[in-house]
Amino acid sequence: MKTAETPQSKPRRRFLRWLWTGLGLVVIAETAWVIAAFLRPRSKAAKAGSSLFTAGTIDEFAPGSVTAFPAGKFYLSRLDDGGLLALHRECTHLGCTVPWSESEQRFVCPCHASTFDSRGRVLGAPATRPLDMLAVRVENGIVKVDLSHRTRRVAYHASQVTKP
Amino acid sequence: MSTNDNHDRSNDRLGWRTVIAAAPTEPASERDRSRLARFSFLTHLRPVRVSSGAIAWSHTMGLGGTSLVLLVLLVLSGVLQMLVYVPVPAEAHGSVATLDHAVTFGALVRGMHYWSANLLIAVMLLHAARVFFTGGLGGTRRVNWIIGAGLLLGVLGAAFTGYLLPWDQRAFWAVTITTSMLEYVPLVGAAMRETALGGSELGGATLVLFYTLHTSVLPIALAAVAAWHFWRVRRAGGVIEPAAGNEPEKVAFLPHLFVRELSQALIMVAIVVVLAAAFGAPLGDEANPGMSPNPAKAPWYFVGFQELLVHLHPTVAVLVLPLLGLVAFVLLPFLAAPREGAGRWFLSKIGKRACVFAAVAATVATPLLVIVSDRFGSGATGWLTGGMLPIAIVAAMAAATDVFLHRVVHAPRDERRQATVTLFAVGFAALTIIAQFFRGAGMALGWPWGA
Repeated sequence: MKTAETPQSKPRRRFLRWLWTGLGLVVIAETAWVIAAFLRPRSKAAKAGSSLFTAGTIDEFAPGSVTAFPAGKFYLSRLDDGGLLALHRECTHLGCTVPWSESEQRFVCPCHASTFDSRGRVLGAPATRPLDMLAVRVENGIVKVDLSHRTRRVAYHASQVTKP
Repeated sequence: MSTNDNHDRSNDRLGWRTVIAAAPTEPASERDRSRLARFSFLTHLRPVRVSSGAIAWSHTMGLGGTSLVLLVLLVLSGVLQMLVYVPVPAEAHGSVATLDHAVTFGALVRGMHYWSANLLIAVMLLHAARVFFTGGLGGTRRVNWIIGAGLLLGVLGAAFTGYLLPWDQRAFWAVTITTSMLEYVPLVGAAMRETALGGSELGGATLVLFYTLHTSVLPIALAAVAAWHFWRVRRAGGVIEPAAGNEPEKVAFLPHLFVRELSQALIMVAIVVVLAAAFGAPLGDEANPGMSPNPAKAPWYFVGFQELLVHLHPTVAVLVLPLLGLVAFVLLPFLAAPREGAGRWFLSKIGKRACVFAAVAATVATPLLVIVSDRFGSGATGWLTGGMLPIAIVAAMAAATDVFLHRVVHAPRDERRQATVTLFAVGFAALTIIAQFFRGAGMALGWPWGA
């Protein structure tokens, strides 16, 4: 075999080795991509249908009341001034479901004793941020809550309240 | 290879007898036994001759082999359960109840799986402790320690993914809490949690993901890595032994080590069967996403981190400290492998004394720190009070222990490093016990018997 000894074969071998390594890396990258695509969390947006939840007429919610909507996984809080807030029921500490305590007038997490007021503000640790919010709108006296998006917030602000 | 060997082959053209025996079927002499160990498939997995010191029970307690026995039990009982279990939220809990009540031996098999898994984690932790305290993690054994750490992580992953499958309240909320801990990782935490859950919340996608990891990905990976782990023990010349001037006395694998391994395996199987028959695996009410139980705890092997979360800044508790602990554990051979004395328990008499002192110190100090933090902590959300200050206090206590052992006990460097590792390991064990048994409703401190 003369070709194996010729000086020209050296760059060719280097090229082929480089090619094989490159192709191998491409295969690894493609495989990783496929696995990542399968592991990617499926988004809710793909589901058909409206994400607008009709809570009821505005008169049903007395000022200073908190009403649970288990089907929508949220609480509708009507503040004393008549403003509306939709609070997601998941505790911001470790994801437990927080029930509203009527006697204490606050949300008390059963798992680790975090407490929140009717605006979702943290009253007691270990939770560090207020309950997530859902957008509320009032159309012709009917309260509707958008379930498609949960808003994380660092602190409570008056602008978060929907005025009817 | 002798003429005798050729003679055996002529009787066995297809080589079937090499599965169990290619040598004379009834070994009479020592030489026959060693031939049997060498030329048959099953026995070639073990060495032909082993050092008589290494096979003493008190030297290794057979913990590595016991782990393998439990792994085999897990695979067998797991495959049987796959015939009945349905990984869909609407049917998962019902199919487990069917297993418990309508399938003959179903509850026993599920109980064996449950107990084998919990025992496996405990036995593997003890195995790691044995290897560490006999100094079997230096030199060529360093890589095998890291492989073993990978096995431990894999088993924890398998246990955690399996925890969700019964789909009862305990499973649902333990997984909710553990995955929610990921949210405290800065920047990528939310994405990590969503990937772990397969969506924005715990549901069908999570169940399928966990089921797949639990029943195929992790078992196959664990089997392969476990084989590598055992092979590397052989490559290192067997288990660690004290360095001796002369060649250690050797005995034949058959029957000396074989009967020990077989009897310990049978005892382990018996323990698992008895535990499964007496206590079984728990199955609570079906998961209800609308109602969290009080208290909700992570599985026992992660509950120590949940305890840290009570006292520390979330990022410190779920990211900084676990990562530090993990890196320290994996790199232990580079941090605390002894330079001499390997093969002896605790390296020396003084090493044993140092370790006992560190263990006692951690057992006393941990509950005290927890109580102080519980009484005077302010919910521990700040970087200073929940991060720097506690870390500084614990580091100062570890340093003080080290100085004491150095100045007063006169423990050498290797012995003191061993004691430092003991201090942190026992401290974390104490945190786990506190969180598991001494925290009741609302994670408030209290006695397990509820006084």
